Amino acid sequence: MDLAMTENSMNDPLVTPSRRRAVPLWAQVLIWGVLVGLLVILAITLNRSQQGTAQPGDHIRDFSMTMFTGYELNGQSQVKLSDLRGKVVLLNFWASWCKPCEQEAADLRTAWQHYQPTGKVVFIGADYVDTEPDARAYLQKFGITYANGPDVGTQVSQLFRIQGVPESYFLDQSGVLKYVQIGPFSSTDQIQSIIDPMIQ
Amino acid sequence: MRIKTRKPPFHSSWYVVLALGLGVLAAGLLSRDAVAQSPTPSDDQVNQIAHQLYCPVCENTPLDVCPTEACRQWRDLIRQQLSQGWSEAQIKQYFVQQYGARVLAEPPAAGLNWLVYILPPIIILAGAFLLLRAMQSWTKLAHQPHPENPAAPQPDGSSDEYVARLEDELKKRK
Repeated sequence: MDLAMTENSMNDPLVTPSRRRAVPLWAQVLIWGVLVGLLVILAITLNRSQQGTAQPGDHIRDFSMTMFTGYELNGQSQVKLSDLRGKVVLLNFWASWCKPCEQEAADLRTAWQHYQPTGKVVFIGADYVDTEPDARAYLQKFGITYANGPDVGTQVSQLFRIQGVPESYFLDQSGVLKYVQIGPFSSTDQIQSIIDPMIQ
Repeated sequence: MRIKTRKPPFHSSWYVVLALGLGVLAAGLLSRDAVAQSPTPSDDQVNQIAHQLYCPVCENTPLDVCPTEACRQWRDLIRQQLSQGWSEAQIKQYFVQQYGARVLAEPPAAGLNWLVYILPPIIILAGAFLLLRAMQSWTKLAHQPHPENPAAPQPDGSSDEYVARLEDELKKRK
């Protein structure tokens, strides 16, 4: 269309010839490249946000956590998921400022006391965006003794794409996610009803 | 019978005792001032830093105005760190290390975050350039005679010689 207009302009003595210049090819490529790149980033971000939490059947990527002093796992301050193969792992995300977490704290403590002697199950508490003094006060208040540590940089919670606290993830002996509990447990029996089939 | 009380003699040693007493009192007052000036950060000092951080629980809420328990704990932590002599940069670095870069009100200019700083000015400049080009084009068009209506009367009602010639030319072409 521009070409036709230019030709008309040149033929017609009454119209001033247009001196409109075309956008250089490199600029067009650059603009379209930037636009496509932005759309890809937007799509990836939206996709991630829509994914929801990790789902049963997902193989969880290996991660490590540093435990609070006094809450180590068998004396180990660094806990690596891959080192726990062969055991059922209950990973509980909690925070001292979280009121629903308090509802399940006693149930988790009782369940841990039940499974600790068997050596088949590991409970790990991941303290989500919390301060250590408050977290310690919480652990003492509810008599929790199983391994606990901060989720430094929210790396572990991002791995599981948690939506809030409390949330609990049950991994089987091979590190595959088997069950996801969103919100607090209703009772110790509920926890046992999930773990028992996994250790038989 | 009236009992006369005898005034005690005012020895020079009493001045010494008085001076010592005043000295102790002054030292006490000064030390109280020193205690009052001990590093107990004010709410303003805490909020100045808290304003640069965002609540991790309720999104898009600055820490200084967030009413949640988590934010209260964080503000207490900032207060504690300030009283221990931590600088603003150290506190922010601690929070990023513990809770991730997303707690910062202004994301660090690194990696993809650069887009946040670069794209808006580029888009504004590109928009301004396009608008300028469009306005230039509109201005040119407005100054050109309309080819479909060449014989339009002039605003002052007078006939234009140029228009008449144009009409003749068009008739010849037909």
